[in-house]
Amino acid sequence: MIRTPLRPLARILEARQKGENPDAIERENKRIRHEQMRDQSRLRAEGRLLVMGVFFFCAFAVIGGRMGLMATSDPVEPRAHAPGSVISASRADIVDRNGNLLATNFDTHALYAQPLHMVDPLMAAQKLVGVFPDLDEQRLIKDFTGKRKFLWVKKKISPEQMQAVHDIGDPGLLFAPRDMRLYPNGSLAAHVMGGASYGKEGVHAAEVIGVAGVEKYFDDYLRDPANAGKPLQLSLDLTVQAASERVLWGGMKLMNAKGATSVLMDVHTGEVISVVSLPSFDPNDRPRPAVEGDASDSPLFNRSVQGVYELGSVFKIFAAVQAIDLGLVNAETVIETKGPMRVGGFNIGEFQGKNYGPLSVTDIIVKSSNRGTGRMALSIGSQRQQEFLQSMGFFEATPFEIVEANGGKPLLPKRWTDLSSVTISYGHGLSSSPMHLAAGYAAIANGGFKVSPTLMKKDGPQLGPRVMSDHAAADGRRILRKVVTKGTASFAEVPGYHIGGKTGTADKPRSRGGYYDDKVIATFASIFPAHDPKYVLIVTLDEPVETSGDKPRRTAGWTAVPVAAEMVRRVAPLLGVRPTVEPGSEPVITLTGSN
Amino acid sequence: MRAFLYILTSLMVIGLAFWAYRENYATQQALGDADRLHSDIREAHARLAVLRAEWAFQNRPERLSDLAVINFDRLNLLPLHPDQFGNVDEIAFPPPPPLAITGGIDVSTMDAPATEEDPL
Repeated sequence: MIRTPLRPLARILEARQKGENPDAIERENKRIRHEQMRDQSRLRAEGRLLVMGVFFFCAFAVIGGRMGLMATSDPVEPRAHAPGSVISASRADIVDRNGNLLATNFDTHALYAQPLHMVDPLMAAQKLVGVFPDLDEQRLIKDFTGKRKFLWVKKKISPEQMQAVHDIGDPGLLFAPRDMRLYPNGSLAAHVMGGASYGKEGVHAAEVIGVAGVEKYFDDYLRDPANAGKPLQLSLDLTVQAASERVLWGGMKLMNAKGATSVLMDVHTGEVISVVSLPSFDPNDRPRPAVEGDASDSPLFNRSVQGVYELGSVFKIFAAVQAIDLGLVNAETVIETKGPMRVGGFNIGEFQGKNYGPLSVTDIIVKSSNRGTGRMALSIGSQRQQEFLQSMGFFEATPFEIVEANGGKPLLPKRWTDLSSVTISYGHGLSSSPMHLAAGYAAIANGGFKVSPTLMKKDGPQLGPRVMSDHAAADGRRILRKVVTKGTASFAEVPGYHIGGKTGTADKPRSRGGYYDDKVIATFASIFPAHDPKYVLIVTLDEPVETSGDKPRRTAGWTAVPVAAEMVRRVAPLLGVRPTVEPGSEPVITLTGSN
Repeated sequence: MRAFLYILTSLMVIGLAFWAYRENYATQQALGDADRLHSDIREAHARLAVLRAEWAFQNRPERLSDLAVINFDRLNLLPLHPDQFGNVDEIAFPPPPPLAITGGIDVSTMDAPATEEDPL
C-alpha cells in the first residue's frame, strides 16, 4: 500500500504562497487517513462477527437438529455393546438343589386381529373356530365386523395352531411373540412354584410376572435382566419331592383325608428339602382362586404354611424340654397326673377320660398326658412359656420364601392366662402352621439352636441363637424316640432309621365356635435318625379316618404315623441316609467277677 | 514453500477423509456381523432352552416312574429301598491286572544266534 504523506511538499509550498496555514492540509490528510483506517477495521470486525455468527448458527443448528431427531425417533438399543444383555433377556430359570429344572421359559406366540386389515372376516371367524374349538364364532364375527380396530384372540398358541392360522391366510390375523413360563414337572411342587401370568402386554413383547409362590416372592430377582443367565436355586430336591408327593397322596387316599401336607427339613440348615400340600394343581394352568366357600378347600391353599391349626399333642414336647432346660424337672421326675385338675374354672381332662396316675416326665409324653404337661406348664409360668415359644418363632409368620407364608401368622390368645398356658402346653389355644412346627422340632433335633425354614440352598449349618441347652434337647430326643418305641407312634418304627416323634390329634374348630366331634387334624412330627437327627418330617392329615377296624379310627397314631413311616422308608435312602444300628445305652449292670 | 504446505495439507485431508470413509464402512460391517452373531446366539439359546425344557419334561419323575412300571419285565427297576445299601467290605477287590507282555514274543532264547537247523 502506498502511503500518502501527511504534508505533501507541493501542496505546502502552494499554500504558503497563498498565505494559508499549511497545518490545515496536514489535519485534512490525517482525517482522511483515520477515516480509511476506521472503515477498514470496521469491515474486518464485521467480517469476523459474521464468521462467528455463522459458526454459532451452525453449532446450534446441529445441536438442535440432533435433539429434534432424538426426540422424535424410536428408542433403540445401542448397536455396539457388551454381548449377553440382549441374548437372553427373559425371566430367570428356577432349579432344584441338584440343578434340575423346575421352571423355565418357552417361546410361543399370541394371536391378535386387526379387523380393518381383514379381507373376509366371516370366513376368517369360521376357520378360526375350526382351529380353536373353544372360541365362539358369533362373538368373533361381531368383533371382526364391528368398530374394533384391535383385539387379542388367543394368548398362547402352539406351533401347529400357528401354522393352521397361517394357512387361513388372512392379513388381519397377526402373531405377537411371547415368552411363556413352563413348569416341565407339571404339578410337582406346585404350591412352591405358584405360577406366572402376563403383566403389560404389547404386540412385540409381554412381561411375565409371578402371581404366587416363589415366582412372586422373587419376582424382582427373576425379572432382573442381570440375572438372566443365573437360575434361582432352591433347596428342594426334585426326586425327594416327587417321592414325598406320591407317598402322601397314597396316604391321603388310604386314610380318606380331604387334604394332607408334609414338610421335610434339614435340621442344621433349615433347608426345606420337600414340602407338599394336597390337593394340588398344575401351575402351567393355574386355577382361579375360589371366591366363595372355605379357602382351605381350594387346591391353591397351601396347607404347609397357610394351614394354621391347633396342632394338638405335638406341642407337649416343648413344655417338657423347657421344664428340663429350666431345671424344674428331669426326664425321670415323677409328676402326679391324677384328676380332677381345674384351671381358670375349666376342667382339664385326658384323652378318652383316662387316668394315668403318677408318671415320669418321659412317660407323660409317651402316654400323652394332658394333665402332666399342664402341670409342667404351670410350674414354668406363662411369661417364660411365651418367651420360649417366641424364641422358636411361634409368634410370627415363618420367613419361608413364598408369598403365601406371610399369611400364615399364628393365632395367639389375646390374654395369656394360666388356662392358656395349660392348653397351649398340649397344643390347643395356639394355632400354627406345620412349617412352624418343623422349625420348633428342628431346634430340639439340632441340639437347641433356632433355625429358620428356608427355600434357598445353603452352604453349611445356619444355626441361629440357642433356645435351649444341649442336654435338654438331648433329653427331648430320647423322649421322642421312646414315643415311637413304647408310645402312641409305634407304627413309625422303620428298621435302621430310628425315628423319634410325637403324635397329635386335634379336633377341628367349627367356624361358629366349638369343635367337631368327628373331624380332626392328625399330625406326626418326627426326627430321624433320633440319636443323630439330620431331618425333621412333619406329616399332617386333614380329616383322616381309618376304617379297617370295627369302628373308625382318627387318631394320628393310626393315620398320620403310618404315612410318615412310609415316607421315611421311601425318602431316607434317596437322601443318602444309610440305615444304621442304633447305638445302645451303657449297660446298667456289669458282671464284675464271681468270688 | 507455502504452496507446498497447502498441497500437503489438502492431500492429508483427502487421505483422512478416505480413511474415515473406509473405517465407517468397516465399522458398519463389523456391527452388522455382531448383530448377526447375536441373533444366531439368541436363536441357539432359544433352541437350547427348548431342548433343556424338553429334557426336563421327558425326565419328569412322574413319567420316569411310569416308564419303570411299564418296562418292569426288562429292567426290574424298583424304588430305592433301605436294604439296598451295601457295605464296603461286601465289595470284591478288582481282579489283579494280567501280567504285562512287553515284547511281541518273549522266549528264553531270544538273544541266541539264529540257527539254520530245526530245534525239534
